[in-house]
Amino acid sequence: MPKEVEKQYKALVNRYINTKSENDLYAGQKFSRRFIEKEISPEEVIGIHKSALMELFPDAPEDFWHSFDFLIEMMIHYGLALQEHQSLIRKQEELELEMKIAEKVQNTLLKTRVPTFSDLDIGFLTVPAKQMSGDYIYFLSDDSNYASVAVADVIGKGIPAALCMSMIKFGMDNMQKQNSSPHVVLDVVNRIVEESVDDSMFISMFYGKYEVDGSVFSYASAGHEPVLLYKAASNTFIELDAKGLLLGVQPNATYEERSVVLDEGDFIAMMTDGVTETRTEDGFIDDEIIKEILTTVKDESAQKIADTVYQQLGEMQNFHLHDDFSIVIFKKGYKN
Amino acid sequence: MECRSSVDIFTEWDIVAARQLGRNEAKSIGFGTVDQARITTAISELARNIYLYAGKGNIKIERTYDNNQYGITIIASDEGPGIADVRKVMNDGYSTSGGLGAGMPGVRRLMDEFNVQSEQGVGTTITAVKWLR
Ligand SMILES: Nc1ncnc2c1ncn2[C@@H]1O[C@H](COP(=O)(O)OP(=O)(O)O)[C@@H](O)[C@H]1O
Ligand SMILES: [Mg+2]
Repeated sequence: MPKEVEKQYKALVNRYINTKSENDLYAGQKFSRRFIEKEISPEEVIGIHKSALMELFPDAPEDFWHSFDFLIEMMIHYGLALQEHQSLIRKQEELELEMKIAEKVQNTLLKTRVPTFSDLDIGFLTVPAKQMSGDYIYFLSDDSNYASVAVADVIGKGIPAALCMSMIKFGMDNMQKQNSSPHVVLDVVNRIVEESVDDSMFISMFYGKYEVDGSVFSYASAGHEPVLLYKAASNTFIELDAKGLLLGVQPNATYEERSVVLDEGDFIAMMTDGVTETRTEDGFIDDEIIKEILTTVKDESAQKIADTVYQQLGEMQNFHLHDDFSIVIFKKGYKN
Repeated sequence: MECRSSVDIFTEWDIVAARQLGRNEAKSIGFGTVDQARITTAISELARNIYLYAGKGNIKIERTYDNNQYGITIIASDEGPGIADVRKVMNDGYSTSGGLGAGMPGVRRLMDEFNVQSEQGVGTTITAVKWLR
C-alpha cells in the first residue's frame, strides 16, 4: 500500500470530520480518482480508512475495529468483480482492434470497380450497420457491350455474414471471364453456397445485366426483394421480380430470368432490405417513401440518386442503421 | 523453513475450518487484515470447488520462506474428476458465478502465484502462494 496516499487520506478524513463542509467532501470525491488510478481495490480502501481512524481515534472501543474487519471481508468480492470488469474491458478493446483489421480485409476483398459506360450511368452506395457488412455489391463488365451487377444480402450481420460474403466473391470471380446470363450466374453461385455454407445462413441475391445492344436489362432473383424500375415516359414505377429460392437452400434450384427494355431517362433501383426495411421510431417505413424520394431526384445522376436515398432514409433513423444499407442505380442515357 | 497443517474437506463445515486454519497462519506470519481476508477468500473458493466438484479432498496450509521473503502457500488437492479444460476455466466470465469475479481467476488475482495441475479421472492439485510485503 502506497504510504503517501494513506497519509493524504488520513489528512482529508480528519479535515472533513472537523469542518463537515461540502467542500471537503468534494475533495474526497476527487481524491477517490487517485485511488482508482493507482488500482487500489475497495478492500484496501477500507483498510486505509481503518488505519486512518485508528490513528485519529486511538481510544475507540475494540469492537468498533472488529467491525471493520468484517467490512473488509465483505469487500473482497467487490474488488474481484472490479478487476474482472477491467480485464474484460481490455479484452473488448483487443476484439475491437481485431474487428478493425477484419473490416480492412473485407474492404479489400469486396472491392469492385464501377463500369464506365457512355450509354448507362451507374451509381452505388453500401454502408454497413456494424463494422462488417453482410451486403455485397459486385460489378462485372467489358466496358463496351454489357454491364452486370450482383446485389447480395446475407441474412444476418457481422462476422458470420462477412465470412459468407467471401464465398460469393469466390463464385463471382469464377464468372469474371464469361458473359453469363443472370439465371446461369445464380445457378452457379447457388451450388457453391449450398456446398460450402452452413445451413443456418441464407443469402438473397439479385443479378441484373444491361446490354448496350437493344438497351435490354435482364435479371434473375434468388429470393431478393423486387427492384424498382422508373419509367420516365409515364413517370411511374414498376416492380421487377423473378421467381427463385434463396441461395443455398436447394442444390438444383432453378432461377427464372426476365427482361425489360430501358428507354431514355429510365432507371432501375436495386436495394437490400436495409433500405426497404428502414426502421424509424414509428416502425418500418412505407414503400411509397422510397418512390417519393426517387421521384424528386429522377433527373439527377445515378450516384446522386443513390446518395439522396441514403441521406434521406438515414436522417429518418438518425443514421442508426439497423441493417446494412446498399443501393445500386442503373440509369439509361444520362451523360455527365 | 516450513511448517504445515491441513484440513480434509468433506462437508461445507470443513470449508470454514480451512478458512480458520489459513487465517491463523496468515496472521501469525504477519499479514495485515486486508491480505488475511484475501487469503481466506482464496481458500474458500478452492475448498468450495473441492466440495462441489470432487466431493472430497484436502487443503494444506504451508508457511513459506524463500529469497528472504516470508509467505503462505495453499495447496488444494483432490482425487476427483479433474478439470477438462484448465485454460477455459482460467478465463474471466467462465465461472458459474458469471461476472462476479470469483472462481479460479479470482483466486489467481488474490494470490501472487498460482498453479493448476489437473488430469481427468485422476484429480486436481492447485497451489497458490502469497508473499508478505
Ligand atoms: N477441484 C475441481 N475438480 C473438478 N473440477 C473443478 C474443480 N475446480 C473447478 N472445477 C471446474 O472448473 C469450473 C470453474 O470453477 P470456478 O472458476 O471456481 O467457477 P464456478 O465454481 O463458479 O463454476 C467449475 O465449474 C468446475 O467445472
Ligand atoms: Mg468455484
